[in-house]
Amino acid sequence: MTESLAAPAPAGSRRPGWGHRLAPHGALLALVLLILFNAAFTPNFLTWQTLNVNLTQVCATVIVGVGMTLVIATAGIDLSVGSLMAIAGALAPLIFLGHLVPGLSGPPAIVLAFVVPVAVTAALGWFNGWLITRFRIQPIVATLVLFIAGRGIAQVMTNGNLQVFNTPGFQWIALERVAGIPVQAILMAVVVVVAAWALRRTLFGRRVLAVGGNETAARLAGVPVVRVKRGVYALSGALAGVAGLIVVARNSAADANLVGLGVELDAIAAAAVGGTLLTGGRASVVGTLWGALLIQLVRYTLLANGVPDAAALVVKAGIILAAVVLQVRRAP
Amino acid sequence: MSLAPPVPVTTNPAKDAALRHLGQWGVFLALAALVLFGWGRYENFLDPFNVMSVLRYNGMFALVALGMAFVIMTGGIDLSVGSTAALASVASALASAHGVVAGLGAGLAAGLLVGTVNAVVIVRLRVLPFIATLATMLAASGCALLLAGNQSVSVSYETGFTELGQGDLLGVPVPAWIAAAAYLAGSVVLNLTALGRTVLAVGGNEDAARLMGLPVDRAKALVYLASGGLAGLAGVILAAQFGAGQPIEGVGWELFAIAAVVVGGTLLTGGVGSVGTTLAGVLLLGLIFNILNFENGLGWISLSAYWQSVVRGVFLLVVVILQSRLAGRAEEA
Repeated sequence: MTESLAAPAPAGSRRPGWGHRLAPHGALLALVLLILFNAAFTPNFLTWQTLNVNLTQVCATVIVGVGMTLVIATAGIDLSVGSLMAIAGALAPLIFLGHLVPGLSGPPAIVLAFVVPVAVTAALGWFNGWLITRFRIQPIVATLVLFIAGRGIAQVMTNGNLQVFNTPGFQWIALERVAGIPVQAILMAVVVVVAAWALRRTLFGRRVLAVGGNETAARLAGVPVVRVKRGVYALSGALAGVAGLIVVARNSAADANLVGLGVELDAIAAAAVGGTLLTGGRASVVGTLWGALLIQLVRYTLLANGVPDAAALVVKAGIILAAVVLQVRRAP
Repeated sequence: MSLAPPVPVTTNPAKDAALRHLGQWGVFLALAALVLFGWGRYENFLDPFNVMSVLRYNGMFALVALGMAFVIMTGGIDLSVGSTAALASVASALASAHGVVAGLGAGLAAGLLVGTVNAVVIVRLRVLPFIATLATMLAASGCALLLAGNQSVSVSYETGFTELGQGDLLGVPVPAWIAAAAYLAGSVVLNLTALGRTVLAVGGNEDAARLMGLPVDRAKALVYLASGGLAGLAGVILAAQFGAGQPIEGVGWELFAIAAVVVGGTLLTGGVGSVGTTLAGVLLLGLIFNILNFENGLGWISLSAYWQSVVRGVFLLVVVILQSRLAGRAEEA
């Protein structure tokens, strides 16, 4: 499942043991074990409702996490995603409630409420990539700019007020179900599948990994490094925008102070647990999905069995560390 | 994090050094310009009351940023400082009934504990600092909530513990004294001790430092310990200043500290850094908030507090672009 451009281990090297063979699927294995545990011990676990609750809780993290995985694959990082979610979440209601353009309403307003916020966050993501490539600013610092300013922009746009709404035409993205499955979960699955395919099978995906593996070599090999980097940050911004829309649609309210708060760290944690190397060059989109589901299900399991949320945080920290330590051991 | 662009190669060390000095002195110039602007524009800007309240409020941020500066100089990062401060504020509030020393000690111990975990995970288990401190950030936050029972913990007002945050000594706020002492010590360590030189060597090139026989692991462990301890002290001041241990405070402190360090001219790639400019960076970001307040007071415009983060972000943007320009010119020289 893990995509990398690294050469296979030379023949004659020590035969990998079971642990080594299982390690790439560690997050998935842990997830399966946890599901089995819950099926045995947590009452009412194997129901549609449990599945839907967990899927909707994890949806925004996974969608943001996919973009984050691609960014990390280029040896970058994007701290601005939470703030971009807040911007998208603040913009959409402003548009369909007619506060931004007076008199705009009905289906055109709804369409614009989907298109404009995502376009704006994609442009802001591209701006991140531009800072990084044009001025050679490290990704962590460059995206820190919008992390700090972005939420401020969203708060200024709404004056820090809660925007409450009841607009089914917009909220179907979070509340509607198809064959019993929430639309947002379907959207999440589509994003994961397309990104996993793109990373594995397309030129763009190969280039992303090449840039992360060895940027100088990639440049010498004719990879358009600048374009690839700006592309992944724009994509990360666009996906953050989508996640922001889903969150405000689900809550029937947009709160610029809270939408997307801390999601950047959840997304990074999911990617790390899923086997993506933070130093770039090795990434797994599907792994990020398993990582996010694992972290979510651990929290659910603890809560369902009466462990307080605060203790769940400590356990989450333990899982992240354990996953990464296992990866370090596996690395040559 | 090893997400660094290539290190600029220079053929003219003198010019390079001059440009770097300009980058480091730039923050003092900007700070002086901002102070002059405020002095000329607002009537009470340099009143002792305003100056002292800025110093009082920014003392804890200064402590956190100092620890962060040392960590960043080794090429690492510490995301756990905010929740460490929250944990320390709860611990010190709980212990404050037993006296000032107990409160101070409990907060410091909590900070050092998180710092120790960071050091062990990063140095022994070889986990990337970003991920390691991300995990301890979550864990410290969880511990703070558990210890506090999900609510603010009031400090004891009988033992004089609140003096640590609200008191004055010779007319200067106690948090400012604590921060000043820490910066003095930090400056001595960085400039006059072998440890300070090792910290910069590790950040410059860890492999080379190791091959030279420098105690790389010890230096790395010590900076995370120091960062934890300073965050602990910041937590003590937080509790004393607001009269309560606050388990959910400290969110975003780590990124504010990183911004202050970057504004102060310390490169995130490690190997370059200064203690004094970090303090200037903290004061610069803190003054922006102060000046926005005064500007609102004038009544010409009414900027909400939300503009503060926009202005800070734009400020950070300008600084990093200028820094990159300076580095670029050093490269061409």
